[in-house]
Amino acid sequence: MGNLLEHMGVERDRVHFSWISSAEATKFVDVVKEISEKVRALGPNKKFVKDYN
Amino acid sequence: MDTCIQKIRELAADLLERGEVEKVIGFAQGTIPMATSPISVGTKQGVDNLVFNSTCGLNLANFASRQKGKIAIIAKGCDCRNIVTHIVENQLQRDQVYIIGVPCNGMVNKFKIAALFEDEITGFAEDGDTLTVSSSSQTKTLKKQEYLRENCLLCTHKNPVLYDVLAGDLVKEQVLENAFPDVDKIEAMDVDGRWQYFKRLTQNCIRCYACRNACPICYCPTCFVDEAGPQWVGKGQNKTDVDTFHFLRAFHCAGRCTDCGACVEACPMGINVRDFTRKLNKDALELFGWEAGLDISKRPPLDAYSPQDPDDFIK
Ligand code: SF4
Ligand code: SF4
Repeated sequence: MGNLLEHMGVERDRVHFSWISSAEATKFVDVVKEISEKVRALGPNKKFVKDYN
Repeated sequence: MDTCIQKIRELAADLLERGEVEKVIGFAQGTIPMATSPISVGTKQGVDNLVFNSTCGLNLANFASRQKGKIAIIAKGCDCRNIVTHIVENQLQRDQVYIIGVPCNGMVNKFKIAALFEDEITGFAEDGDTLTVSSSSQTKTLKKQEYLRENCLLCTHKNPVLYDVLAGDLVKEQVLENAFPDVDKIEAMDVDGRWQYFKRLTQNCIRCYACRNACPICYCPTCFVDEAGPQWVGKGQNKTDVDTFHFLRAFHCAGRCTDCGACVEACPMGINVRDFTRKLNKDALELFGWEAGLDISKRPPLDAYSPQDPDDFIK
């Protein structure tokens, strides 16, 4: 799925996949931190946004 | 008359007469030149309506399942692969369908031929590799090989993979150095270039859903685009909604698409709908060594788990 999104022009770091058990609190925190950093680096998403006006 | 058509008619007449099948699904001449339409023949007299030529670009596997009684179906290489997919996905039992396989020499790109003429095409005839196409102002003789559809040029399974009888001699399969030149071209672009490419690709889409309806693997009783509660995607011409339709439909085809080209064949706007699924086909081959619809005894990659499955995308 990530491959096709990237192929269609959605940045690789915009979408993340992870498998975290409810017992893995530290993994959750680590993953969220990493995702936040990567997405912040990309800046706001301008693609695939629906304009309701 | 073409020996292949002759053979198809003989086989169909025989099957109907013996009562082995209730009906035969095949192609009939369309109402305009360079067009054929699917037809269901239930009587021996009706078999004279059956034709086969290089304008039979739709995929008849679409009509294989949800039929009452046993049917016979005329199937090119790609139609056969979609019948296999239907069997693998439990839409059809092998003994419910009698497959009349037709080794295929490729179907023509009608948009490309129409573009050669300024006026309407009024005649289309073919003899082996030579096409004779005419309009009211001119007649052109074309080489079929130069006007094949893009998916047929890249097809490596022209011969039916599963059949009960053949209506012609097997043809030579081509071996390609690179099976995905079109995908490579898009992959070579940068991320914004690719976004722009797909944006332009779907800009003329009128959401008629002809591509989905022509697709043999799009058989959901209610497609996600038609659902109203919940409504997954807006119904209008909003660009993001149009893209949502195309993106999601593509994902639904992952590991299932046989690149039969029926979506492109059906699109009235000349959109190369295959650009979406081609990438998935390339990934399926590279990551899982999988090509859809080749073997009724194999489970598709998204339906089976193996510890060897690639997992570098997940944290
Ligand atoms: S994709 Fe292959 S089997 Fe299908 S119409 Fe084209 S050449 Fe024939
Ligand atoms: S057939 Fe063409 S115009 Fe119609 S929905 Fe599909 S891509 Fe859009």
